[in-house]
Parts: sequence; structure tokens; C-alpha cells
Amino acid sequence: MTGEQIAFLLVALFTLGSGIMVVTSRNLVHAALWLVSTLFGVAVTFAVLNASFLAVVQVVVYIGAIAILFIFAVMLTRKDMRDQGAQQNSNWWFGALLAVLTFVGLFFLLESWTGLSKTAAAIPSGFDGMAELGTALTSPDAYVLPFEVASVLLVAALVGAVYVAFNRK
Amino acid sequence: MSFWNDPLKVAADWLLGVFTGWGMPEIAANILIGFLGVLLLITVLMVLDIFLVWVERKVVSRFQDRIGPNRVGPFGLIQPFADIIKLIIKEDTTPGGADKVVYNIAPMLSMMSVLILWAVVPLAPTILGVDLNIGVLYIIAAGAIGTLSIIMAGWSSNNKFALIGAFRQVAVMVSFEIPMLTMLLIPTVFSGSMGMNTIIEKQSIWYVFLAPLAALIFLIAAIAELGRAPFDMAEGESELVSGYNIEYSGMKFGMFYAGELLHAFTFGGFWSILFFGGYRFFGLEQVSPFLAIAIIVFKAFIGYWIIMWVKYTLLRIRIDHMLGFNWKFLTPLAFTLLMVTALMNALLAGTSTWIYISSMFLSNVLLAWIATEIARSYSRRERERVEGSKAAVLPEAAHH
Repeated sequence: MTGEQIAFLLVALFTLGSGIMVVTSRNLVHAALWLVSTLFGVAVTFAVLNASFLAVVQVVVYIGAIAILFIFAVMLTRKDMRDQGAQQNSNWWFGALLAVLTFVGLFFLLESWTGLSKTAAAIPSGFDGMAELGTALTSPDAYVLPFEVASVLLVAALVGAVYVAFNRK
Repeated sequence: MSFWNDPLKVAADWLLGVFTGWGMPEIAANILIGFLGVLLLITVLMVLDIFLVWVERKVVSRFQDRIGPNRVGPFGLIQPFADIIKLIIKEDTTPGGADKVVYNIAPMLSMMSVLILWAVVPLAPTILGVDLNIGVLYIIAAGAIGTLSIIMAGWSSNNKFALIGAFRQVAVMVSFEIPMLTMLLIPTVFSGSMGMNTIIEKQSIWYVFLAPLAALIFLIAAIAELGRAPFDMAEGESELVSGYNIEYSGMKFGMFYAGELLHAFTFGGFWSILFFGGYRFFGLEQVSPFLAIAIIVFKAFIGYWIIMWVKYTLLRIRIDHMLGFNWKFLTPLAFTLLMVTALMNALLAGTSTWIYISSMFLSNVLLAWIATEIARSYSRRERERVEGSKAAVLPEAAHH
């Protein structure tokens, strides 16, 4: 086993273990904090894959914004923060079914993909992933349309949030 | 290549020779050398942090027309060591009903979020942790971990004051992150890179002359990120006692306190890197890397001093004013400035340096002027509305 594989296995174990803790811990704030460590594990996976931009964006967006909002929502909506409620509601079988179906789908998708067993080509020296990503996101023959559609979606969400929260005099 | 030209590389090569001579595989030796480098950097920073306690206390006392610590050692220089001994031998208390694990992790995360920032700080052309091509975003990511530590401390203390303090602080940090990130993109537009070292290398003219408004907005956002006055609503000693760290005692409190001081110094450093040329000073940085380190530390101290100057001069701002100032004034201004700068940068490409600098400078000044005029007319209308309603109410009151 190479060092990279060992690192990947350790990170994957850490991520999955934190993920299990998210769904099994009884305290909601603890679950949110375990979610932070899961997301951090994903960020480390990106870093191991040489995708430093994605790793940092993962930390900024998911830990810095979304996880903090989760914790805020839990704190502001629960009367008692040491909430020890039931772990499952009546829809648990539906969630389990969806999880199994997603896993099976991904498994078959990856098995039918020929690139799975090949080793990836080495990244050439001087390759600037950051610049490549920037060019791809703004060039018309690459991803400029999805990029702009996503930004329009975000603006619509922003306008909607302002409309919902707006206090008419 | 001698030790005086590239000390880090020479030391690393020498250590590699020593370790492999002991029969260690090369990869293990390299990992060990990396750890030693990190250990060295953190040790230097923590020692500097002890010194910062003295600097802060001495400077604040001068601002407040006092003498400050002057009993222990010459100029009170040994005072921070006495403080540390006191903090260490203090009883380590945990409030009843506290969430012990989270409560103990929070101060560590707080200190960590500051220390990891130094991984991307270039102290000299060759002396730097790592030249990340996303250095600018990395600052924001480290700030996200700091925000997390504050909310963890406030929640786990099982104290209403701590929780309210944490809510306020996190509200401020999350909102001021936006103008800060936008202003971090301005040096990126000028230099065409997000890496700290490239940003410094491209600054043959300090970016503060190209974008003085950006430097100012970055400083304001940095002070808010630090939670220092006038944005220290989270601390609010007259109403919240001390904010999120109220329940911490001994060295755990010391971690928060030392983390805050080092954070302020670090942002002084980032301010100098992004807008004041970092380790560059009229070519002096080429003479010796040690001189470059001296220059950047000096500039960081000037930034730190300005942050202290603001802290001990201005009064605390009310939380709704603070958030209104950010969302209604600073954020739109930052977005406009980024758009104007990017547009001007594209339009002026290929013109002579002097035209480029002067038009960039003028566009900044013009934008600042327009923004203050809009704010002024808004405040005038608001005042007229308030005074008008008062005038309408007063005769009514006299009548009764």
C-alpha cells in the first residue's frame, strides 16, 4: 500500500465514522458538530486528490456557512438545547430505502464505468488547477451556461428570502 | 547557496543529511523535517504572543494616559510571564451542566484557527510555510473555524450570557466575512493570483495606492472579524460581563485571550501583505531574508498598532447599527468597488503605469465620495423623519 492509499483510508474512516455519529448521537447540537467533522473529512479528501480549491471552498461554504446555520437553527428552534428526543420518526424505512437505492445505483454506475480500474494519469508539473477551473467556468464552449444558471438560481433564492423576511410598514 | 541567503533550505538539507545518516528512510526524514519546521514556527509565534500581551498592555495604558506594567523587570517586560504563571496555577473550573468535551475543545480550536493562518504567510521570498495558489480563500476558511470555536464555547458553557455573546459575535463574523472576502479579491484582480507570495512579488507599487478604499474596507472588516472595539458587542462587559468566554478560567481563558491578540497581529500582517507590499521595501528584501522578515514584522506591528489605536479610541456600536452598517453600506460598496476595479483593470490594460495608478486611485476616491454622500443624504432624511415625528408628538403632549 502506498502512503496515499493509507492517507485516503484513514480520512475515509474518519469521515464515515463522523457520519455515523451524526445520525446516532441523541443531542442535536452534537449531531451538528459531528456533521462539521464529516464535512471536514470530505475537505481533506479533496486535498488528498490535489483539488485544493475545492477543499478550501468546502470548508468556507459548508463549515463556515451551512454548519453554522444548522447550529443556529437548532439553537433558535428548540426550547431545551439538551434535547433528548426520539431518534427516528415514522419515515425511517423510507430514508433507509433511499440510502440503499442510492448506494446500489452508485455501485452499478461505477462498476459499468471502464475508467474505474485504470490508474489516473499523473498531473503534469506546472498544472494550475485553479486557473483551469476559472477558465472553464467562464469560457462559452465549457461551463459558462450552467455557471450563470446557478447564479440566477442563487439570486432568485436571495430575492425570495428578502421577500419572506420583508416587514411591510 | 549559503545559510544567509536561504536559511530554511540549507537547514532542511543539513537535517536531511543527518537523519538519513542515522539510517532513516528519506520520506520519513522529510515528514519529520516538515514537523520540525511547523514546531519552530509555532514556538516563535507563541513566544511572540507572550510579548504581544506586554505590547498591548503598554500601548493601551499610553492611550489612556497611564504608565502600564512597570514593576516586574525593566519596563515591566517580565509581567507577561507573571501573568502566565498566574493563569496556569489558577483553578481550572468547569461550570455545572457544561458539555465537557465541547467545552474543552473550543479554546484549542480558537487558538488553532489563528495559528493555521501562518501557514500561508510569506515571511521572506524563500521563508514561507506553503505557497498555496488559493492563499486568499484559505484566510476565510481559517476564519470559519474560528467562528465555529466561538459558537462551541458559547453553547457548551451552559450560560445565557455566554450564549448571547456567541450569537452576537457569530452574527458579526458571518456578515463581515462578505466585505472582507470581496476586498481580498481586489489584490487578486491586480496581481492575477490568489497566492500570497505572488501578490507580494507583483507589488512594485503598493496596492494601497491603487485601491485605498479597499485597504480601508479590509481594515474595518478585519476589526469586526476580530471582535475588537468598536465592534466588540459580543464582549459588552456592562451587560454580558465577557461574552462567550465568561465561564472559562485559567489557561483556557488564556487561550482565547492570546488567540485574540495573535489574531490582531496576524491581520496586521495580512493587511501589510495585501496592501503594503509585505516584505518588500525598496529592494531591501533582496539583501537578506532576515532583513525581509524584519520588514514584514515591522509592517505587521504598524497594522497591529492601528487596530489597537482604533480599539482604544472608539466607542462600542449598537448591534443593529453594526449589522445595518455592514449590510446596507459596506457590502454594496465593496461589491461596487470590486466591479469598478475589475472593469478599470480590463479597460486600462496596456496603458502606461502612471495613467493606470492615477485612474485607479481617482476611481477609488470618487467611489468613496459618492458612498459617503449617499449615506449622508440618507441619514439627513432619517433625522428629519425622527425630528418631524417628535415635533408632531410634542404639541400633542403639551395639550394633555
